[in-house]
Amino acid sequence: MNIEDFPMLKKDIIYLDNGATTLKPKCVIDKINDYYENYSANAHRGDYDISFKVDQEYENARELARKFINAKYKEEVVFTSGATQGLNMIAFGFFGKFLEAGDEILITQSEHASNVLPWFILQKKLGVVVRYIPLDSNHYVTIESVRDAITPHTKVISLAGITNVLGDERPMKEICKLAHEKNVFVVMDAAQSVPHRKIDVQDFDVDFLAFSGHKMCGPTGIGVLYGKKELLEEMEPQNYGGGMNESFDSADEIYLKDLPTRLEAGTPNIAGAIGLGEAIKYLDGIGMEHICEYEKNLRKYAIDKLLEIPYIDILNLESDSGIISFNVDGVFAQDVAYYLNKYNLCVRAGNHCAKILKKEVGVQNSLRVSLYFYNTESDIDALVELLRNKDKIMEEMI
Amino acid sequence: MDIEQKRKIIMEHYSNPKNRKLPDKEGYEKVNTANSSCVDNLDIYVKITDNRIEDITFMGEACAISISSTSIMINNLIGKTISEAQEFITQFENMVEESFYDKKLLGDANAYFDIASQGHRKTCALLPYIGIKKILENYK
Repeated sequence: MNIEDFPMLKKDIIYLDNGATTLKPKCVIDKINDYYENYSANAHRGDYDISFKVDQEYENARELARKFINAKYKEEVVFTSGATQGLNMIAFGFFGKFLEAGDEILITQSEHASNVLPWFILQKKLGVVVRYIPLDSNHYVTIESVRDAITPHTKVISLAGITNVLGDERPMKEICKLAHEKNVFVVMDAAQSVPHRKIDVQDFDVDFLAFSGHKMCGPTGIGVLYGKKELLEEMEPQNYGGGMNESFDSADEIYLKDLPTRLEAGTPNIAGAIGLGEAIKYLDGIGMEHICEYEKNLRKYAIDKLLEIPYIDILNLESDSGIISFNVDGVFAQDVAYYLNKYNLCVRAGNHCAKILKKEVGVQNSLRVSLYFYNTESDIDALVELLRNKDKIMEEMI
Repeated sequence: MDIEQKRKIIMEHYSNPKNRKLPDKEGYEKVNTANSSCVDNLDIYVKITDNRIEDITFMGEACAISISSTSIMINNLIGKTISEAQEFITQFENMVEESFYDKKLLGDANAYFDIASQGHRKTCALLPYIGIKKILENYK
């Protein structure tokens, strides 16, 4: 649906790599251009009209983001460069300050690198212990497995809401409830969730959450870190400098601004934030429930079609997000992706930044189709048609 | 070399690569070579005696272009002196980078003559060469 909104879809491509990044609707591109063409000044310097306009638009984008995830306060929404930066800020700025040697961090084998490596570094720095919540036979997290994994040393559980390779959706609300009963914090990597689901941070009662703008029709280089206000107040900035300080005279006399500005040092990605605000308005216009429903139906359509091909192994049959990971039996994933590229069909091959997953699934790499609301049944038909003839794949993959 | 010949050579070496095995004797040096933009990941084992490449084997997972290119490289480099091998590698790199190169010297490695037009696959063809160069460097 809404294909006509996307200039990229007027080109002769079929884009099925939305887990990596999404295409941008014209309204988002126009909004960014409008900033650069008509009021290209800095933020927080409202001494003249166009700068005042920047402040209004920038803070309006924050308000749109707040509403979108239903945060209680605007100060709980911090603009970042993306989910990666958000997760790093959470790990180093908050937990780096409070965790001690022997404290445990629970993650899983199917997390994205951005939700693994910061914790690994904390392990090396502080002597905390990163442990894995066991996955069930479908490689999914269950509430029972979380319950069993929590020990008296557990301080934080950090999980993707939807994983980026297998696309399984975690029961985050139940996990938060259970964790809080045991005084454990919950961090949600929402990079694959916020673009596809209605996420309500108050309903989940999640402590921290991070997502990226570019995976939800917004620009690259912008994202949001959400944290409960009382926790963000304790977060140590990872960057110091302009914009975030109130005043300073010496090392002992540094006064920082209030939230969220304190955590946004330097000139922010103004165009990015304003563009993200527009993307949020756009998605809201379509309706997140509608998007979620549409993707589920399209996934079902794709799975049914792919199952008709005997030599295709689907790795995540059970998942209900728009992510389908599969292999063509006997053909290296990269070679299949290359073959599909000859027909302007964009899919991802590889391990999708979840390098430790291979231990769990036993598959080094796979093809990943990740859907968004502008994909159609005819996109799927084109994919399936190209995969239907294995001889043709072998013939044309080099 | 036409497209059909090229395809035939690549597919033959992909389906039946030369020396895809661990070395069965002592005296091999090992190097890992991996493509940062995908998951191609190969271990190459080289045995050098009296300044001559006596044997090369490899293990790992990679795409058709990387595997076939490794197999063809092995076929061509075994028996060569270090400097002959280095010359072969230079000529192969020249071809891949669309510079002047010695067609005759490269033999069936000519199958990658148009790989530059396939953008991201250039690195796949070069992957085994990037690895073995690290070992040969030590013999300069």
